[in-house]
Amino acid sequence: MEAKRLFSMLIGGTIGPVVILVTAIIMIWYAGAVYLNSSFLIDRYEKNNIEWTFSQLASDSWSMERPVLPSPHQIAKELKKTIWDKKITSPRSLVYHSRVTLSSSMVGFLMGTFLGILLSVGIVYVAALDRTLMPWIITSQTIPILAIAPMIVVVLGSMGIIGLVPKAMISTYLCFFPVVVGMVKGLRSPSIILVDLMNSYSASKVEVFWKLRLPASLPYLFASLKVAIALSVVGAIVAELPAGAQGGLGARLLSGSYYGQTSLIWAALITASVISATLVTIVGRMERAVNNRMGLQI
Amino acid sequence: MAKPSSSKGSESSAIDINNLFLTFETQTEPVHALSDINLKVEAGDFVSLIGPSGCGKTTLLRVIADLEKPTSGSITVEGKTAHQARLDRAYGYVFQTPALLPWRNIESNIHLPLEMSGYSKSEQKKLSQEYLSLVSLTGFEKKYPWQLSGGMQQRVSIARALSFSPDMLLMDEPFGALDEITRDRLNEELLRLWEQTQKTVVFVTHSIPEAVFLSTKIVVMSARPGKIIDVIDTNFPKDRNLDIRESKEFLKVSQLVREGLKEGHSDGS
Ligand SMILES: Nc1ncnc2c1ncn2[C@@H]1O[C@H](COP(=O)(O)OP(=O)(O)O)[C@@H](O)[C@H]1O
Ligand SMILES: [Mg+2]
Repeated sequence: MEAKRLFSMLIGGTIGPVVILVTAIIMIWYAGAVYLNSSFLIDRYEKNNIEWTFSQLASDSWSMERPVLPSPHQIAKELKKTIWDKKITSPRSLVYHSRVTLSSSMVGFLMGTFLGILLSVGIVYVAALDRTLMPWIITSQTIPILAIAPMIVVVLGSMGIIGLVPKAMISTYLCFFPVVVGMVKGLRSPSIILVDLMNSYSASKVEVFWKLRLPASLPYLFASLKVAIALSVVGAIVAELPAGAQGGLGARLLSGSYYGQTSLIWAALITASVISATLVTIVGRMERAVNNRMGLQI
Repeated sequence: MAKPSSSKGSESSAIDINNLFLTFETQTEPVHALSDINLKVEAGDFVSLIGPSGCGKTTLLRVIADLEKPTSGSITVEGKTAHQARLDRAYGYVFQTPALLPWRNIESNIHLPLEMSGYSKSEQKKLSQEYLSLVSLTGFEKKYPWQLSGGMQQRVSIARALSFSPDMLLMDEPFGALDEITRDRLNEELLRLWEQTQKTVVFVTHSIPEAVFLSTKIVVMSARPGKIIDVIDTNFPKDRNLDIRESKEFLKVSQLVREGLKEGHSDGS
């Protein structure tokens, strides 16, 4: 009886399943660390003729200087060291690097959203743009971002444009696409009957846009924005990878891999995903607020 | 704020259609939706268009509303071209479905045409109150469309069509999707509205009792090609209620309509 209650408590609530899942991931992670780090350690044991037990292997593989896969507590230590203990202005601080990445991804996100909305309005209202623009927009997204990012950074750098702008542009490049696709669909979503209704009032194109097409497109816009805001972080990080980036989570990833400091890489990765998740959550909250205002609770 | 009521009752008819044809060019073959339509509607008339589905009732209503362009022939609405009449917001259109904007509450849905006609905020408020009470929906101002039943939503769309005081009401099977009890009630309500407001109404239906009960003039149509078979005038007292459906006169007119429909059916195929 007790066991049954405990079980339903764990499965039923929202916290229970999350705790179970996180615990499982951490356990698998520790096991994975042993597995991935063991071959190096066993080599060393054999070279030095050390008798080893499994418990020794485990504890050694969880406390290596340069593990293939650092264990969770090592990453936690790294996170504490670089977020909590460092001054936030220090180039060793992850807060500092996060700020660099966040500011360029936010600028890129805003520009990408603006560009996306602008293009979608053009596509929906100008038949010629519909036919000519869309193929180019789709083609633009088939070029791998890893190939185009260094080019943009280097070319703009040679023109003296460095720092935030080139990085924001790469975020823009990634962001505008989902916004265009979503907004074109959204602006075209009103049914024929509603368009006829507006025509029966001899509404102008501008009125049809503001009173019908734009409000109808908002749910589509928010779906796109959730994708776009996550992409904006990816764009900023990718833009920081080409040589020469002074700061940002991307630069951090790069220096981590230079020096084989995997816990540094993981710390940066986890920070990046926490930032992305937070941003997506914020957009989700805004979406709900807008839906509430528009009376669309279902 | 009432606009000068234009050309009511005087020399020109509310609607005047002459030798009107409309053919839809489709990928397979042309569809002759309207063929040689001649129709005169006087101001204050309640005209029903009745006929089997696909006979062009909706198309004819849309031509009057300038939502569809005729292939040939002429049409004037309140003495003007249909296009000009639409620009002047001469009519309110009630669609087969309520066509309410889901993100606007009831009151704000009624404000939609008023906003575009340049009424002030306080006038909008006053008019939405007035017309919601006319369709017995006072108290629902702040509700959203999905919180209302189908019949209530259609009443909102009627209030919206009346709110900016057009001289004419064009209705395309507005009660087609409703159950019979609701439909009867709304028919009585609509008749009362028509009496009170003196509008010209063009009403599409495929229900004979509905057409006979509501109309001063019943236009019987047939399909392929869509044309007018018969125009039947009725002469019921203005303050009638549903009880007249049992009367001899009512049954006689219904019989006439039924025969007209049958006739259209036989020479159509
Ligand atoms: N936009 C259109 N394109 C092609 N054919 C159409 C179009 N609208 C209506 N039709 C055709 O015209 C005919 C009349 O349609 P409609 O006016 O909707 O009939 P009703 O309202 O009497 O049922 C039908 O055969 C229909 O298929
Ligand atoms: Mg129809």
